[in-house]
Amino acid sequence: MAGVSGLVRRPLQQVSGLLRRRFHQTAPAALQVTVREALNQGMDEELERDEKVFLLGEEVAQYDGAYKVSRGLWKKYGDKRIIDTPISEMGFAGIAVGAAMAGLRPICEFMTFNFSMQAIDQVINSAAKTYYMSGVAAQHSQCFAAWYGHCPGLKVVSPWNSEDAKGLIKSAIRDNNPVVMLENELMYGVPFELPPEAQSKDFLIPIGKAKIERPGTHITVVAHSRPVGHCLEAATVLSKEGIECEVINMRTIRPMDIETIEASVMKTNHLITVEGGWPQFGVGAEICARIMEGPAFNFLDAPAVRVTGADVPMPYAKILEDNSVPQVKDIIFAIKKTLNV
Amino acid sequence: MKKMLVAAVSRVLSGVSQKPASRVLVASCNYSNDATFEIKKCDLHHLEEGPPVTAVLTRQDGLKYYKTMQTIRRMELKADQLYKQKFIRGFCHLCDGQEACYVGLEAGVNPTDHIITSYRSHGFCYTRGLSIRSILAELTGRKGGCAKGKGGSMHMYCKNFYGGNGIVGAQGPLGAGISLASKYKGSNEICLTVYGDGAANQGQIAEAYNMAALWKLPCIFICENNRYGMGTAITRAAASIDYYKRGNFMPGLKVDGMDVLCVREATKFAADYCRSGKGPIVMELQTYRYHGHSMSDPGVSYRTREEIQNVRGKSDPIMLLQDKIVNSHLASVEELKEIDVEVRKEIDDAAEFATTDPEPALEEIAHHIYSDNPPFEVRGANQWVKFKSIS
Repeated sequence: MAGVSGLVRRPLQQVSGLLRRRFHQTAPAALQVTVREALNQGMDEELERDEKVFLLGEEVAQYDGAYKVSRGLWKKYGDKRIIDTPISEMGFAGIAVGAAMAGLRPICEFMTFNFSMQAIDQVINSAAKTYYMSGVAAQHSQCFAAWYGHCPGLKVVSPWNSEDAKGLIKSAIRDNNPVVMLENELMYGVPFELPPEAQSKDFLIPIGKAKIERPGTHITVVAHSRPVGHCLEAATVLSKEGIECEVINMRTIRPMDIETIEASVMKTNHLITVEGGWPQFGVGAEICARIMEGPAFNFLDAPAVRVTGADVPMPYAKILEDNSVPQVKDIIFAIKKTLNV
Repeated sequence: MKKMLVAAVSRVLSGVSQKPASRVLVASCNYSNDATFEIKKCDLHHLEEGPPVTAVLTRQDGLKYYKTMQTIRRMELKADQLYKQKFIRGFCHLCDGQEACYVGLEAGVNPTDHIITSYRSHGFCYTRGLSIRSILAELTGRKGGCAKGKGGSMHMYCKNFYGGNGIVGAQGPLGAGISLASKYKGSNEICLTVYGDGAANQGQIAEAYNMAALWKLPCIFICENNRYGMGTAITRAAASIDYYKRGNFMPGLKVDGMDVLCVREATKFAADYCRSGKGPIVMELQTYRYHGHSMSDPGVSYRTREEIQNVRGKSDPIMLLQDKIVNSHLASVEELKEIDVEVRKEIDDAAEFATTDPEPALEEIAHHIYSDNPPFEVRGANQWVKFKSIS
């Protein structure tokens, strides 16, 4: 069962239901689901549940989505609820906000977040003022966590794996506030095990709560989005050397769950932050500032350290690109420096 | 005949008139119930037929339109005064001179239809249902204001009225979105999306036109052409000043925005068009503002005083309506003067409230950031200053 993909979702559920009845002592199987499929499921379930929900964006309907995140939705729900837009980001972002002000629940997709900058006025000035929901979007070459995280009135979430993607998009759709969801396109095709509770139509991940992906004792490693995976890899390598990292997946950028980070730092006495975005005025900078302001500061045995993207516009040549984003070796280096080993 | 007597008697009983009953009864017998007026023909774009060239005005409507326009006029003048007395701060964009637009548009649609406009929004705030008190108190930043003092001039809202938008042109796509929601719900409601001659040059307006026409959204795009975008005359900002044609593939109407009946008939026509499912339509209202762009603009560096006086003397919308009402015996000059007195009193009372009501409590500074959220803490100027945020 474990190897069956999410595309065969419905028949699989019938089968596993059968399994549950006949072999009630067997635990329901966990499912391998890619981030893309998890997002698709999340949106499908919410479209089914609430007829006020609809999706608009470039190529989301007949093309099945530029990254295939909305595959199958147009076939299922039709023109009224899955709307292809012209290349008019500012226009359709404003239309999404207006529709939300009038009581609908639009999911507004930007093909890449770079394109969202044309619409940033509608997201920040029109959306953050009013009560509504917005925002599924893909990250392109730049991490926008700090940009949108800066703004009161928005909620900003950043999924790492499939479970995160599904649970957060469902929570985002149901939230009565504008929510910006920062998807990392490099994660779309990556499969993850989707635990049984995450297969339920009512599975939600609360916005504003971080998750400890891997408990540890020597150092707190905080990350969001794709870097969470790198941190876990680094933790595995370091474990062999006797260093146990506690890896925290932020899941939400704003409102930030600083309490979980503080509790961890008070236990491990060491902190590094890891993000894909640029260093200046970023997520890590915010975490460090808040740690200094709170009870965890006195528990630090060393200054907190940030691991970030390089402070350069994203270059093209592979070797340059590889060195512009934090890699596992950079994380390991930073951890060892902090622990002075 | 009977109707007039009943009306007259009820007026007497309500104690409005100080005159002896007999004199009032005699006077009201001379009034007509309604009158028909010729109105200016609208220039048409991509339309075979346009709105009618005559309009019927009933006595009741005449008095209502007069009172509403006069109220807006007096409210704006009071705001001017309060601003100069420093009771109102920040941005304040007044709409005196444009009253016929607001009253005429409102008369052409239903309260269940939707309206969204620019920062020059006080006229709509009133016609859409906010009280003078709540508008003025919002301008003075008091807790009795319609946004509890947190919004100010550009951010006033009420049911089916979406403000009040500070970003020029942002209301274009927003209005298209509101009309999308109407179509989606099958509600037969339309959205009036109002913007100025300056905003007409925004790219996002063109984007909104395109999507509204493509998806046949029930949206009337209304360009309030008051000849100046801030300090820039239309001929210095637009390659084409035929704003009613700027929708290109969309039909359009050019309307005399100083004549409330012309605006009303054009609005009814446009509303019918939208409701029939044919898609969006553009209306250009040719109007004029007496004040400068905002209270920080005297308004005479880019136009002459003569021009302003000229419009006041020849095309003032309230004067034009008054002439119609009086000359066709729908009401007397005295009746209208009584209305003026009533209006003045209402405005003065509201101003009194707006200058004495307390400011919102500091504790509320962080409320209403999110909707339907459990309470949370918000940081103040430093890490020790904390505010509570309640939804």
